[in-house]
Amino acid sequence: MTKPDADLFEFLLRMGDTTLILGHRLSEWCGKAPVLEEDIALANTALDLIGQTQMWLGLAGEVEGKGRTADDLAMLRDAWDFRCALLVQQPNGDFAQTIMRQFLFDHWHLDALCKLAHHSNDQVAAIAAKASKEVTYHAERSADLVIRLGDGTEESHSRMQAALDLLYPFVGELFTFSVEDLRPDYDAKVEAILTEATLTIPDSRFAHLGGLSGTRHSEHLGHLLSQMQWLQRAYPGDTW
Amino acid sequence: MYAQMVKSEATQDDPEKLKAFQERIDAGDKIEPKDWMPEGYRKTLIRQIGQHAHSEIVGQLPEGNWITRAPTLERKAILLAKVQDEAGHGLYLYCAAETLGVSRDEMTEMLLDGRMKYSSIFAYPTLTWADMGAVGWLVDGAAIMNQVPLQRTSFGPYARAMIRICKEESFHQRQGFDIMMKMCSGTPAQKQMAQDALNRFWFPALMMFGPSDAESKHSAQSMAWKIKMNSNDELRQKFVDQTVPQAEYLGLTIPDETLAWNEDKGGYDFAEPDWGEFFDVLKGNGPCSVDRIATRQKAWDDGAWVRDGLMAHAAKKRAAKVAAE
Repeated sequence: MTKPDADLFEFLLRMGDTTLILGHRLSEWCGKAPVLEEDIALANTALDLIGQTQMWLGLAGEVEGKGRTADDLAMLRDAWDFRCALLVQQPNGDFAQTIMRQFLFDHWHLDALCKLAHHSNDQVAAIAAKASKEVTYHAERSADLVIRLGDGTEESHSRMQAALDLLYPFVGELFTFSVEDLRPDYDAKVEAILTEATLTIPDSRFAHLGGLSGTRHSEHLGHLLSQMQWLQRAYPGDTW
Repeated sequence: MYAQMVKSEATQDDPEKLKAFQERIDAGDKIEPKDWMPEGYRKTLIRQIGQHAHSEIVGQLPEGNWITRAPTLERKAILLAKVQDEAGHGLYLYCAAETLGVSRDEMTEMLLDGRMKYSSIFAYPTLTWADMGAVGWLVDGAAIMNQVPLQRTSFGPYARAMIRICKEESFHQRQGFDIMMKMCSGTPAQKQMAQDALNRFWFPALMMFGPSDAESKHSAQSMAWKIKMNSNDELRQKFVDQTVPQAEYLGLTIPDETLAWNEDKGGYDFAEPDWGEFFDVLKGNGPCSVDRIATRQKAWDDGAWVRDGLMAHAAKKRAAKVAAE
């Protein structure tokens, strides 16, 4: 691969692996959400993210030029070849953690896709434009839930605050690979929503790194892959 | 079926009103929530629609068991879409039942404490990927047999919910058959997996229709009210006649040595399922009965703070609006 192609491949893996792992995490909720409407919304969001994964990883395989499909990339790489953000690797925890993780991710995701919709590579721009329509809805929904649960009961407030404290150290990593600096807009938007939710952003801007670069993943990723990839690994070469 | 052994309520209403009600049904009128209806009709429908709704919700679990292990991104997406549809079916059906004066929360409590049931089929485990094929092909295939005629059922909201549900169920059945086709044309291990799934799901699928009508005390009233459209035996026969050629096409063997074409009746003769096992499952002794309800109970309990939080926020918003006016 030429250097530009290698860079593009790396970028596409970061997008596709991040949507794949978050989509997988959301799919773990199937049948177990607090209300039926949330079961539907979680499955719907997971479905969008898996659809986006097919596009990002499909293009990654083309750019790489070794004949690997989106499925090959998803199912047949080991953890060190993954390029997913640490935030999305975090376990679902309670509903507060799932929704807070989604909220912190969605607002970065939407801003990133809106910028990428003007990318010089037409295929990247087309995928981003399509995905941004779906993610607009994801961002609205997660913000709405963060506000309602943050400013709900004492218990819902304390669970949402605990989730924010737990997950905020994984936010900084998202801004380490964007083409433009998205952080100021993100901070303004997220802070406004969290204020309305009566939640407090932690003072520390400490950020865990290593997911998007693949240099130091969480321990959670290997377990997730062992489940997700099991069938393809147990029956190599079979088609399903 | 998704609603099995639904007990019809005896009705104590004014004979004149009952007669007029029956005439409306016989004339093909749809009964709407605000119309007069016999108390037995209302109660039977709550039980039937509620059981159907619960089946959609509990039915997410055996499939959810494989979403995280789906072999390709496409299969994962399809299964997610299917499970999302099922949650949606649950939602339409709970809404239809709510028009009869029972809330979704009340019905959920009744499922969890055992006063209401879900279909026996979802008390069976999904052990391999081929089970996702078998569930779509056989379980959704059996459900369609019952649900297509229910589009003409006498209660308006139920009939309308069923029209939407049937459109999606036929897609579910096709995706199940597609999984089976792929596996049956794959490696010997894949084909063996498909046969094993058929072996385990065949008789539980036949049980979905409920015991023979000769033993079903409640069928006659429900059929007169058009909330049950066909007998259990009719639907089971139709299902077997449809499914046997599909199994042959797949190159799979139906696990019934007595299965034979009967020229006189123009249908297959086949073995009855073990009804003792069926009644055990209904009593909560299915292989996964305890796990299914425990999972739903945990989801309900763990979600309490979310539901309370959302309600509390809505109350604050209402109070703020009133204060501003």
